[in-house]
Amino acid sequence: MKDKRGGVRVLAGTRKGAFVLTSNAKRERWDITGPHFAGWEIYHIKGSPADPNRLYASQSSSWFGQLIQRSNDGGKTWEPVDNKFVYDGVPGTHQWYDGTAHPWEFKRVWHVEPSLTDPDTVYAGVEDAALFRSKDGGKSWQELPGLRGHESGPRWHPGAGGMCLHTILQDPADPGRIFIAISAAGAFRSDDAGETWRPINRGLKSEYIPDPTAEVGHCVHRIAMHPSRPDVLFMQKHWDVMRSDDAGDSWHEVSGNLPTDFGFAIDVHAHEPETIYVVPIKSDSEHFPPEGKLRVYRSRTGGNEWEALTNGLPQSDCYVNVLRDAMAVDSLDSCGVYFGTTGGQVYASADAGDTWSPIVRDLPAVLSVEVQTLE
Amino acid sequence: MIRVILPAHLRTLARAEGGEVRLAVEGPATQRSVLDALEVCYPMLRGTIRDQVTEERRPFVRFFACEQDLSHESPDAPLPEAVASGAEPFLIVGAIAGG
Repeated sequence: MKDKRGGVRVLAGTRKGAFVLTSNAKRERWDITGPHFAGWEIYHIKGSPADPNRLYASQSSSWFGQLIQRSNDGGKTWEPVDNKFVYDGVPGTHQWYDGTAHPWEFKRVWHVEPSLTDPDTVYAGVEDAALFRSKDGGKSWQELPGLRGHESGPRWHPGAGGMCLHTILQDPADPGRIFIAISAAGAFRSDDAGETWRPINRGLKSEYIPDPTAEVGHCVHRIAMHPSRPDVLFMQKHWDVMRSDDAGDSWHEVSGNLPTDFGFAIDVHAHEPETIYVVPIKSDSEHFPPEGKLRVYRSRTGGNEWEALTNGLPQSDCYVNVLRDAMAVDSLDSCGVYFGTTGGQVYASADAGDTWSPIVRDLPAVLSVEVQTLE
Repeated sequence: MIRVILPAHLRTLARAEGGEVRLAVEGPATQRSVLDALEVCYPMLRGTIRDQVTEERRPFVRFFACEQDLSHESPDAPLPEAVASGAEPFLIVGAIAGG
């Protein structure tokens, strides 16, 4: 059956700029524009579900700091908006790598998450971990301080990549409910639109921390949700793929027969809430696929039973990584799955993962991939 | 008019492709007054050269003029007369860093 929708727009953030890739619903031929913001790190770009032409991009550099760019025309033109991210009140301290107290310091925006309903409302997850929100299209930012002010805040500590808030999920059925995740503090949930928060890490077990079942301190790499079932969450933890059926109140492991349960990215099929995807990575000391074979693993059973998807992916001498924000799905009738690699490829599958092909091969290292399904 | 030369990335960001920008600065020409005037004309540069709250120079940004490194001068110290008169530019430079 032919999908009547217009096609898809892939937003790729890389170490040296942003790229916008568009195709019709067949997803065979791709037009590429970019680099936008050439030479800058683009940690993330995402479009508003309420207005697909409204995009937000996080642009940063070690030299010149953080910028937020906004597009009102689907990425053809951009304008810088406000970049003043100031923690609410006296920031206080969190734990440093050596266990000492370290002042909270803003470093960059890892993730931008537009509101499901209002194009001018957008959340930003930042390093050192905090959640900011703009209600005026990025012209000003305010922290939602209840998260960082949680009593566990002084015990949070950075992962190897910094103490980043990298995941923001909004519950489509309950506007007050937001999930976030922080490396390496763990997952948190708010039921009052971000005013107050509680850790949701029960069931996580991390052998590499002093108390493997602590309330906080887990290196959560990514959480994914299907919009039709917001109480079911899937998590790629530093090690372990986890599942919650009660909005994060408890988790159980669903790594099953994966060749390794280390990894970064995880996502859910657009139309099948029990079909999930991960990209197993060999280990935390070797950030590349096992045996040099780039394989996406798909579970059609919500975890535990996984199948390797290899058709069209390199099966020898492949040593790229797939980062936590670098996988996404479209919602065309035949669900498209996309991921980017640190080797600069963006791979796409127009048939839910059965076959793959690179839609671009030689970008700078890909940090993030988002997809918009266009009418 | 004070002449300011921006590093390439900030020229692009400010859409000031001509190579240098010219600023009218009220009162004595100092690093602070020049940067204040620059950020009024080019608000997208706020936070890219100095911190928006503390106004401290970002670590990988340096200031030069008249073959002198002014990076560690007080932000309120007068800039060289040649800069104040517009004879010489005030250079904002991205440090060479990395491998």
